[in-house]
Formats: sequence, structure tokens, C-alpha cells
Amino acid sequence: MMKSDMKLITDEGKRLDGRGPHDLRKIKIDAGVLHRADGSCYLEWGGNKVLAAVYGPREAVPRHTQNPLRAIVQARYNMAAFSVEDRKRPGPDRRSVEISKVISEALEKVILTEQFPRASIDVNIEVLDAEAGTRCAGLTAAAVALVDAGIPMRDIPVSCAAGKIGGHVVLDLGKEEDNFGDADLPIAISPRTGEVLLLQMDGHLTVEEFNQAFDLALKGCQTVSEIQKQAIMQKYQSVAAEVQE
Amino acid sequence: MTNEGRQVVIPGQILGEISVLRPGRGTYVENKKIYAERLGVLNIQDKFVHIIPLRGRYDPIVGDFVIGVVEEASTSNWMVDINAPYPALLHVNEVPWEIEFADTEKYLNTGDTILAKVLSVDVSKKLQITLNDRNLFKLKGGHLIEFEPSVYRRIMGKKYSMIENIQKYTRCRIKVGKNGRIWIDGDAEGIEKVLAAITMIEQEAITFGLTNRIEEFLKKDAKDVR
Amino acid sequence: MTIVPVIKRDYITKLAEQGKRIDGRTFDSYRTIDIETKVVNKAEGSARVKIGNTQVLCGIKMDIGEPFPDTPATGVMSTAAEFVPLASPDFESGPPRENAIELARVVDRGVRESQVIQLEKLCVSPGEKVWLVFIDIHILDYDGNLFDAASLAALAALLTTKVPVSRFIKTLNEKERASWQEQLKDIYRIPGVDEVPFGADETSTDKKIVENFPLPMIEPPISCTAVKINDFVLFDPCFDEEIIADARLTVATDNKGDLRAMQKGLSGSFTREEIQKVIKGALDNGQEIRKKLNQCLGK
Repeated sequence: MMKSDMKLITDEGKRLDGRGPHDLRKIKIDAGVLHRADGSCYLEWGGNKVLAAVYGPREAVPRHTQNPLRAIVQARYNMAAFSVEDRKRPGPDRRSVEISKVISEALEKVILTEQFPRASIDVNIEVLDAEAGTRCAGLTAAAVALVDAGIPMRDIPVSCAAGKIGGHVVLDLGKEEDNFGDADLPIAISPRTGEVLLLQMDGHLTVEEFNQAFDLALKGCQTVSEIQKQAIMQKYQSVAAEVQE
Repeated sequence: MTNEGRQVVIPGQILGEISVLRPGRGTYVENKKIYAERLGVLNIQDKFVHIIPLRGRYDPIVGDFVIGVVEEASTSNWMVDINAPYPALLHVNEVPWEIEFADTEKYLNTGDTILAKVLSVDVSKKLQITLNDRNLFKLKGGHLIEFEPSVYRRIMGKKYSMIENIQKYTRCRIKVGKNGRIWIDGDAEGIEKVLAAITMIEQEAITFGLTNRIEEFLKKDAKDVR
Repeated sequence: MTIVPVIKRDYITKLAEQGKRIDGRTFDSYRTIDIETKVVNKAEGSARVKIGNTQVLCGIKMDIGEPFPDTPATGVMSTAAEFVPLASPDFESGPPRENAIELARVVDRGVRESQVIQLEKLCVSPGEKVWLVFIDIHILDYDGNLFDAASLAALAALLTTKVPVSRFIKTLNEKERASWQEQLKDIYRIPGVDEVPFGADETSTDKKIVENFPLPMIEPPISCTAVKINDFVLFDPCFDEEIIADARLTVATDNKGDLRAMQKGLSGSFTREEIQKVIKGALDNGQEIRKKLNQCLGK
């Protein structure tokens, strides 16, 4: 199908999946879902299904990777072979390596790494079902897994993307929008301060459009941040409620 | 002023201003405001605001009683896993035995379990432990389990009330390591009961009335209490 | 590497001498098994299996490709396993190590040698195009007995897989479509119906809906694993039992009570009597697990 044939958004602003330009896909977050991991999180975002697990802080190996002053943060983003339409060969490809890097760097900024010299905080993100925006889903899940693992942080980072389709600036690109749209702008922030921890853009945006998209992504981040926090609190409130009965 | 409320806080949550409160463990300060840095329970005591962590690996502090598992015996020391982000070093000078050079394996070998004390933690978190104390020794027999280190205080209870109850009703000998390990010695039934009690405490750590509920649970089918 | 404390090893052994296990089970029983299918939308088939705390996800992907030269009219299957670092503090990232490879090959043989997938029904155009079936096992949480969890996940996923005809039909030319339709006529003889579940695309005058049909399978064998600790044989080992075990034996049994696959692992040994014990336990547990699987599939 030619790019020009696909109408991603109507003039009234209705998208292929029925969403309006500022609507997020449905998100569901569960904290503490795995037994071996120190912290974990299962997250569904639209058609995305992501599992994140944290191990650490633990001694960084091999020894030459150790930083004598702080912990290193090693995020590993991986897509399962069956998570995409055309099976992906297992193992890291260049895209996964790049995403792992930008996520590690984003998380490092908020984690209080000085408390754990010579250690490593290992974050594993597995994409089990992919539908555009996996890096945002992955980082958001990783953040919850870090809290679940008791890692000290300044804030709980959160990620969301905005983009441009058919001339309209919209929030949270879906599958076809990502493939056939005009621009994609994933960001991650520290919601308390608004500091930008991750920023990537590909496509074509005027400066004005960028500003619109950025504001939209910021708002999206704040909404998702509330969902993260609820997911964490829910794990403890349900225990308290159960026992009180 | 003490506040034993069970308010759960998350990283980045604002706790107060430094004009009114003082920052304690688990908090950080930015622009004259105090924030939580961990998932935990808020605790305010004499204007100091602390976070009691709900999750997280064990953070070694000098003087802590810990249960370690020997990883490796070298010529003049042993490397011991104490369930912390770093292995701990036990030097031959820190054990109650006279050791001939390179005879370390005769006394402690891989897989042996010891009740030890944290001796030192340096700036880069290099750890040393010691066995030089009458209370410290190699553990034999029984069973070894792990628990969430952050619930240590709950397992001990106010004035050790919780752990004493557990020992009383199960007739087991129990040593609790601050590092999230428990050694239990007794009959199979007793040990099973201890495990169940620990699991309950882990799951219900933030609730009220836990001490009583544990006692009720332990009393059920308990043998004669001495 | 996790060091096993001697105390734990001794305790497990001591309990075994009393006929007990650390989690209260009998030697022959399994932990709670939970099977959920259709969990991944992008996959043609998928299943998540939990045995106690062990969790394994299996996804099935299909594609069209060339057959092997010596079997020109047979579909192709392959199995891979990822021991992702997520699942255990001891799993490292990197290409599959020997444990992952052994697991993948054992699961593969369990499916292949019993011809569970009717590969001869997956030929599109003999000598040129056949269906490829990729079985990908993703370990999510490791608490012992990955063999059984992975096998069960693979079977549950395969049994709920739909061959993605609608996605590929456009890639087939007229001749290939005709060839395949002919074959399907033989395979899917539905009484009273002339048409087979194989439709046309929009360019055809025939406006039948293209249907993805179920992967042709036969009743599969079920694999059961036991370990030996000293002289005791324990089924469905949890992590603590598995790491101190001397030897391990997996036996796959079919619905007639016959043996279809076996694999011995670890560096200890089994006596003849112990092997018989494992076979008996595998037959009994296999039946129970088969019931559970059928229940889950709505049979």
C-alpha cells in the first residue's frame, strides 16, 4: 500500500483506531510480577506487552566495568522473536543496542548511583508483543521495576511519544501511524521537574510543530506517570485492605 | 513527635520543607525541600523524617549480625556472600581459630554458613566481616531461608516480641540475619510453621495488628508451650 | 553463580529421607500448573505456562519458505530457546549457551519425532514453497523444571496456532494457490461442505473470506521431568532441588501410554529401577497434565 493511499487521520481528527489526536492508547501496569527478579513490572500499552525486571545493585562484572564512585546502569532492551509480524531473529540487533543505550542513559540520571560504588544495576526489558512505541513502554515499565526493586531514585521516570500524521500533530503513535506518519518524537522525563532524560526525533517537523508535539508528549508523560504511581501503590494498598477485612 | 503511620511513599514524593523538618535516611534535599528517594513507609521522629524501605537489597552497616555463605577460601581469607551488593571478606585474623598458612579450607569451605558481624565498610563499599565474638559461629544443621531484608524489624518485633513468639510456639531455634537470611533449627513441622509465619509477615508488613495475627496463627495446632 | 549453602542441601536430603520435600509436596506431585493461550497478538500462536513460580512464554511464528531438498513436500519446523537475563540472576545476556540449546533441542525432538505437527499438510507448492513453523521459547521466571514448562508452553501454543493464510495469500501466484487448494481439499474434507477454509483475495470474483486455519496437529506426548537427589527421585523439581540434584531425567509419554522421548541430564547416574520409577511417574503425571491441557483448550 502506498503511503499516500493511507488516510491516517480524518479532517475531524479521528484516527484509524478511533482515537482523537490527544488520546493515549489504553495502558495497564502491574508491579512485582516475577519471583526471581529483585523488582519487576508487566505493562500493556495499546497492543504492546512489555516485561521489565531489575537485578541489583550487585557487583559489576567484569571488574573492568566497575566505577569506583558509583553504580553503572545497564539496561537491555530485547524483542522476543514472536513479538513482531515478521519473526525477528533472537539476539540483539543494532536497533536494540541503540535503544538499550538511550534507556540506560535516561535511567542513570535519576538513579542515585553514588550510593553503590562498583555495583551494577541491571535492567532487563523484554518486548513480548510489539505495536509501536515499545521504547516508551519499555522505559516506563523499567521505571516501575526499579521502584519495586527498592532502588533509590530522585523521581520515577516516564516516557511517551508524540508525532505528526497527515499534517496533524498527535499523541502516542499507533502501528500504522508509526510506519506511515510524518514524524515520531519519543521523550522521557522526570515528571517532578520536567527534565528531559530521553529525546529522539525522526521525520519532518517545523519548529512550531516540534513545540506542539513536545507539549503533547509532556502531557502524555504526566498522565502515564499517574498510572505508574497507581500501579505501585495498588500493590500495597490491596494488602492493607485485605487484612482489614 | 513520633508518627507510626503506615503511609507508603514513592521516589520523588515531597515530604516537607527543611525549615520544619530534618532529612533522615531514605530522603534527599533539593531547593530546600525534602523528597523521598525510595519506596517505603514514612516515619517522622523528633522532626527527622525517615523512609523505612519496603523493598531493596541489604545495605551493610558496621555492627550488623549477618548470616553469610562462604563462596571461596583463599590463603589468608574467605570471600563470603552476605546477600549484599558486594561480597564480604573474612580475614584469618577475624576468626577464633589458629590457622596454619593456607589451611583455610579446613575450617570454612564453599557452602558453609556462618553467623557473623559486619566489621567495616569503606568508602567504596568494600566489606569486611568478623567471627571474633562468642555470639558468632559456624552454623550446622537446620534450614536456611531468605526473606525480604526490609522486613527485618517486623520479624524481630517491638522489643523482640515477634521473634520470641515464633520461637516459643514452634519450639525452634532461630537466628535472624539483618541481611535477609534466617537459620532455623527444629523438627520439620516447626520449621514449616516458621516459614509460613515469615511469609505472612513479608506479605502483610505494612498492616496494623500483625503481631496479634501472627500469634493467633502460631497458636493454632501449637504443641505444648514451655 | 549462586552457591548452594551446605545447610540447605543437607536439609533437602534430610527431608527426603522422611519422604518429604521443602514445599510440602510428595515426591511424585507437581506444583500448580497454569496454562494461558493466545497471549501474544503478533504471534500466530502463543501460550504462557506457569509451573509453581516458573514461567515460560512460547510464541509460534509462521512464514513461507523453501523446503529441505530431501523433503520437498513437507513443512519445516525449528525451535529456539532464550534464557533471557530477566528470568534469573544467573542468566547472562548473549547467544544461547549449552543449557538453552539443550532445552530447545529436547523440546524440538518432542514435537518433531512424534510428528505432532503434520508437516506434510504444510506444503504450498512441492519443491518450491512450504510453511515454516518457528517455535520460540522465552523463559520469564526460573524456579526449576524448565523442560516441562517449555514443552507444555510449546504444545499449548502450537495447538492454538492459526496458519496465517490471510497474510500470505497475496504472495502466492495462481499456480501456487491452485496447488495448495488441491492439497487442502484432501486434508480438510468437511462433510457436507464443498469448499475448504481457504479463500480468495479481493481481486477474485469469489468473495469468500480468507480464513486462517488451525495448524494441523495430532495429540501430542507430554513430557515429565524428575531429578535424583541421593537415592530419591523427585518430580517437578523447584529451583533449590534442581541445583543440588545429581541427575535429571525427562520422559515424554503419549495418550496410549507409550514412550516417545527421553533425555537424561546432569552428571550423576540412574539405576535401572530408578528409571522405571521415573517412567511410571511420567505416565501418571503425563495423564494429569494432558487433562489439564485439554481443559484449557476447551476439549
